[in-house]
Amino acid sequence: MSVLLLAEVNQGRLATDAVAKTLSALSPLGEVHVLVASGDSEAAAQEASRLQGVSRVLMAQDVSLAHGLAEPLAALIVSLAPAYSHIAAPATAFSKNILPRVASLLDVMVLSDVTHVHDAETFDRPVYAGNAIQTVVSADPIKIFTVRTSSFSAVGEGGSAPIERTDAVADPELSFWVEDVSVVSERPDLTSARVVVSGGRGVGSKEKFDMIIDLADRMGAAVGASRAAVDLGYAPNDWQVGQTGKVVAPELYLAVGISGAIQHLAGMKDSKVIVAINKDEDAPVFRVADYALVGDLFSIVPELTKKLEKQFS
Amino acid sequence: MKVIVPVKRVVDYNVKVRVRADGSGVELTNVKMSMNPFDEIAVEEAVRLKEKGIVSEIVAVSIGVKQAQDVLRTALAMGADRAILVDATSDVNQDIEPLAVAKILARLVEQEQPDLVIAGKQAIDNDLNATGQMLAGLLGWGQATFASEIKIADGSAIVTREVDGGLQTVRVSLPAVITADLRLNEPRYVSLPNIMKAKKKPLEERTVAELDIDTTPRLKVVRTIEPPQRSAGVRVSSVDELIEKLKNEAGVI
Ligand SMILES: Cc1cc2nc3c(=O)[nH]c(=O)nc-3n(C[C@H](O)[C@H](O)[C@H](O)COP(=O)(O)OP(=O)(O)OC[C@H]3O[C@@H](n4cnc5c(N)ncnc54)[C@H](O)[C@@H]3O)c2cc1C
Ligand SMILES: Nc1ncnc2c1ncn2[C@@H]1O[C@H](COP(=O)(O)O)[C@@H](O)[C@H]1O
Repeated sequence: MSVLLLAEVNQGRLATDAVAKTLSALSPLGEVHVLVASGDSEAAAQEASRLQGVSRVLMAQDVSLAHGLAEPLAALIVSLAPAYSHIAAPATAFSKNILPRVASLLDVMVLSDVTHVHDAETFDRPVYAGNAIQTVVSADPIKIFTVRTSSFSAVGEGGSAPIERTDAVADPELSFWVEDVSVVSERPDLTSARVVVSGGRGVGSKEKFDMIIDLADRMGAAVGASRAAVDLGYAPNDWQVGQTGKVVAPELYLAVGISGAIQHLAGMKDSKVIVAINKDEDAPVFRVADYALVGDLFSIVPELTKKLEKQFS
Repeated sequence: MKVIVPVKRVVDYNVKVRVRADGSGVELTNVKMSMNPFDEIAVEEAVRLKEKGIVSEIVAVSIGVKQAQDVLRTALAMGADRAILVDATSDVNQDIEPLAVAKILARLVEQEQPDLVIAGKQAIDNDLNATGQMLAGLLGWGQATFASEIKIADGSAIVTREVDGGLQTVRVSLPAVITADLRLNEPRYVSLPNIMKAKKKPLEERTVAELDIDTTPRLKVVRTIEPPQRSAGVRVSSVDELIEKLKNEAGVI
């Protein structure tokens, strides 16, 4: 049995942390081949070949694969599928766009956000915003799923898997890339950061959200946000943490001016230590917080930033 | 142009679901059910396109138990023109899998010949995020998932998508499948007069047998359990105490 792992490549770079975590979920299932498919795959393929537990890297490079469009990528994966018992990927917007399409083309189901692999047919996954965990047995001839990376630790480097070229298949030309709007920052990535500082509606405005960013920068943390903060334009969409945003499990999560709706908790309740700062002592977020600080964030956050400045200097 | 909007009946997003003690699933009796929030956004988008004169007819489709009539009536009250209920099970505990839903929708697309399907991004019960992409695959259509903006022009849809690194804009040739994300719009409230009007709009019932689709589940849910619960921790009274605890007790800074 061999497993195909679809890796994501951004601007020529492998999404290494996500691939490394997915590898630890997949290695027990058999030999893992990593598919690196993009417009510029050489460096990413090299990077993938060094990860432990990779037995082969399949490298595809073509303009049609440059922007993560689902149709050409799904066509490529379908062409490779007969050699595999499982096809999986980290549960990101990139793979959730592609793998269900692959599954339907192969007439099989897809499982999203797998948190535990019991055996070749049996998987755990959260449902109802993480309020229940289902154990599911698949009867499909080929299992297709995405892996919740926050549930797995990353494999290390030190491998040297062979890299094989594979050809892109003809682009069905159903959709066309127009533009990407992404802000590149020096901050750690939300899904792999050791510390995450998130702000909610309580922060009050986009300008005041700078307070959250300052605190995060002081702590070397990634910045997150509640849906309300994103809807109100305080923070960009890719900072949303929750059921329908990103799922994070850092060592330390600070929730500031966030009430703690189940949809938000779904994205952060597996964090190791949770701190909540809220002026409402009955806020539901306090039910999951290890440390609760009741009070006005507008005085607490600047004080915390200042005092941490001393700690870190 | 004609649009199909699939709408799913799910546990209302405000309900905290309870897992049955015997591991057989979540408790669905006497629980408030509503239209999946992403599907409300999808219906709203279709209605706005109709108000702009771009769309001429909106067909709402729900697949599942007969009670799904309720969410179809809501879609009609929001502005859909017709509704189709596909009776797929009589068991409220049986979730119809996205692959089967996509096959049923593909059959209806053959019959109805829409130019566009706008689905929700994700059903908030099974959290699968799959049906729209599967439907596009089965039909051989282009797809634009997680949409936060849709413009229709010259036989294409220009769609801005919410992705992990920010936003991506794609152009997809019609016919196509689009899935709606949270920021696409804010759905309207349905007014009483519109609820009354909706009662007169056509709601057709179909069966899986008549559509000739095999809905045999591919996945067997063998157990449903509650996740490990976190317990509330301690209250700290000052920033200094918080820093002290994070340093010396939790050891995270
Ligand atoms: C389909 C669907 C999907 C969703 N997905 C997500 C998701 O992925 N992520 C997500 O986060 N939400 C999601 N939501 C939304 C969720 O239900 C909540 O509405 C949202 O999380 C609330 O955000 P909030 O806590 O910032 O705002 P609120 O609930 O308004 O809370 C604001 C908090 O700030 C506190 N506050 C105000 N002023 C101060 C002050 N000066 N000092 C200290 N505290 C203060 C208040 O006491 C309050 O607790 C989803 C909802 C739906 C329907
Ligand atoms: N049983 C159903 N009836 C109607 N629409 C559905 C059904 N299941 C899924 N959908 C549509 O597919 C979207 C994604 O659902 P899912 O793939 O289950 O997360 C939903 O938001 C609906 O638009």
